[in-house]
Amino acid sequence: MTATIRTQAGQPTGPNRSDTPAIELVGVAKEYHSHGDVVAAVKGVDLAIGEGEFFSMLGPSGCGKTTTMRMIAGFEDPTRGSVFLHGEEVTGVAPNKRDVNMVFQSYALFPHMSVFENVAFGLKRKNVASPEIRQRVAEMLAIVDLTGREKRQPRELSGGQQQRVALARALVNRPRALLLDEPLGALDLKLRQHMQVELKRIQREVGVTFVYVTHDQNEALTMSDRIAVMNDGSIEHLGTPREIYEHPATKFVAGFIGTSNLLGGAVSALDNGRAVITFGPGERIVVPLPRNGVRPGQNLELTVRPEKIDITTAEPAAGDRSIVRGVVTEVVYLGTSTNYNVRTSAGSEVVVFDQNASNADFVAVRGDHVYLSWNPQHSYAIGDR
Amino acid sequence: MTTTLSTPTGADLEPTTRRRRRRLGDRLLFAYTWLIILWLCVPIAVMILFGFNDTKGRYNTTFQGLTLKWYGRLFEIPALTDALANSLIIAVLNTLIAGTLGTLVGLALGRYRFRGDGTTNLVMFAVISAPELVMGASLLSLFVASGVGLGIPTILIAHVMFSISFVAVVVRSRVLTLDRYIEEAARDLGAGPWTAFRLVTFPMIFPAVLSGGLLAFVLSIDDFVITNFTAGTTQTFPLWIYGATRVGLPPQVNVMGTLIFAVGLLIAAGNVIAARRRPSSAR
Ligand SMILES: Nc1ncnc2c1ncn2[C@@H]1O[C@H](COP(=O)(O)OP(=O)(O)OP(=O)(O)O)[C@@H](O)[C@H]1O
Ligand SMILES: [Mg+2]
Repeated sequence: MTATIRTQAGQPTGPNRSDTPAIELVGVAKEYHSHGDVVAAVKGVDLAIGEGEFFSMLGPSGCGKTTTMRMIAGFEDPTRGSVFLHGEEVTGVAPNKRDVNMVFQSYALFPHMSVFENVAFGLKRKNVASPEIRQRVAEMLAIVDLTGREKRQPRELSGGQQQRVALARALVNRPRALLLDEPLGALDLKLRQHMQVELKRIQREVGVTFVYVTHDQNEALTMSDRIAVMNDGSIEHLGTPREIYEHPATKFVAGFIGTSNLLGGAVSALDNGRAVITFGPGERIVVPLPRNGVRPGQNLELTVRPEKIDITTAEPAAGDRSIVRGVVTEVVYLGTSTNYNVRTSAGSEVVVFDQNASNADFVAVRGDHVYLSWNPQHSYAIGDR
Repeated sequence: MTTTLSTPTGADLEPTTRRRRRRLGDRLLFAYTWLIILWLCVPIAVMILFGFNDTKGRYNTTFQGLTLKWYGRLFEIPALTDALANSLIIAVLNTLIAGTLGTLVGLALGRYRFRGDGTTNLVMFAVISAPELVMGASLLSLFVASGVGLGIPTILIAHVMFSISFVAVVVRSRVLTLDRYIEEAARDLGAGPWTAFRLVTFPMIFPAVLSGGLLAFVLSIDDFVITNFTAGTTQTFPLWIYGATRVGLPPQVNVMGTLIFAVGLLIAAGNVIAARRRPSSAR
């Protein structure tokens, strides 16, 4: 439900904002029947993806990403709800009659056709004249950097090259939206990072709406205009990468995206739109009130990102900051930063990323008593849903 | 000191004996392989050889010198020629009909879950493993009971019946290895269901369809048991040969056998060459 409200509030931030969304799902649900059981793969998803937007769906395995995408492409019919492409309802329309193209996780290149024939396949189905086909295929192969490989068979190409053929084969049709289901899943880390940059460049150059499925959060964060974080068949949070990272809507999202510290306690006072949780002497957590409000005495959970926390051995000036005490349990040097694991006096495990200055020593070593402090604006109370 | 001295000798000796032993094993394996090949080829070689036999008498069993005359007088025995023609007609029709139907069954079994798919699968294997005698006898009862006159149509029905299973099983195992997303990709790129099948799925399963079809042809052209039950008075090549053995086989039979074998060899060679030229179709 939160997701729907957010969709309306946070408008698409894609480059070519237009009134009708490129893709719209309204109350879309999908149930599979297998061995007499009903599996709810997608449980009522509402979303609107803007023209030219790079939209990602992120979530753990089995959360319904592929199913959602296959309903957009037309390979599955929703059990309930409707799919709209550019304002036109397409629920029940065959995949070959939809103006979207898909890049499959396994690439699904035609093994008995050359690279040229693979890329030309869609244009031939539309009876495009052959000089134009040749020209458009050549242009597209240039974009994906495969000029000169026209005559190769797919099996004679490397994984990354096959991936780019799959991309070219879809993009050459100038679809109004491109659906990519974990297109980089099979590539090694280096090629993956290279292809992430390539994909982003191609998307910018061609200006097509991208719907991108991944379960790699870094990929989603770096590439997307907006992200839908899915869990168990529904969208838990839909927003820009920044919103999702900084203001995770639920505990699940906070835990799924990046490293997140979960703290909690009974609210002792409300102060000026903020909740205050006090522990021992000199320790207190201040956090902006959650949307649904909270009363003194109630338990409240909140998250703080590891890089927002300062770690010091001297007690910081009280001021406006949240301050917690703890003991360092682990120090890990990572080159550009140092990670500290700290057990707070209330018993929570907290991770702190401390940027390494040029010649600074470690702030603390294992066993040291330290103070953790952060700006309350950087911590968020979590709704339980 | 002694140990340091003996070590290199021991290390030197051991691989030599091992190598020698391995060489012996290789030789044995080599001899064994050729023995098997020879054993498999002898009957065929005898058949080919006796097609060139300048036999004078009725029995083509002792070699009496080389001649090519039987090739010239190949169609001199009208009953044999008719029998061969019947066999070829039945085999070609069987290949087409059982090839098509078997491919469809194999596709359905490999790709879709449907009501009765398990039963269909079981029946396919049951037909393959059922004794020919049983099938022939029961088909005869069926045809006689339903008052159908025996002849080429009943032979063809029987052949199609048992060939379908072989084609279906071959095609099914190929379909099971296919990535079903490839056909979806074709649909996604604007191909209707039929176009996607014609341009993408069929070329990918074509090697299996070809093998299935060849199998159907071969099974049909030399089937004796079931044909004997369902032929009535119609003669086919194997039936005629069986009947003729009592009075002596004319060398024309060897020549026809040799020619059928040669065609089979050509097709097999063509298959191998085609598979080499388009290696992707094999995967
Ligand atoms: N054809 C099907 N029949 C039955 N259940 C299915 C079918 N397809 C998917 N499911 C179920 O629906 C749920 C969602 O599957 P889906 O493939 O959409 O997940 P996903 O988010 O893409 O996961 P992954 O990241 O592993 O690809 C899973 O629980 C899956 O088992
Ligand atoms: Mg998936």
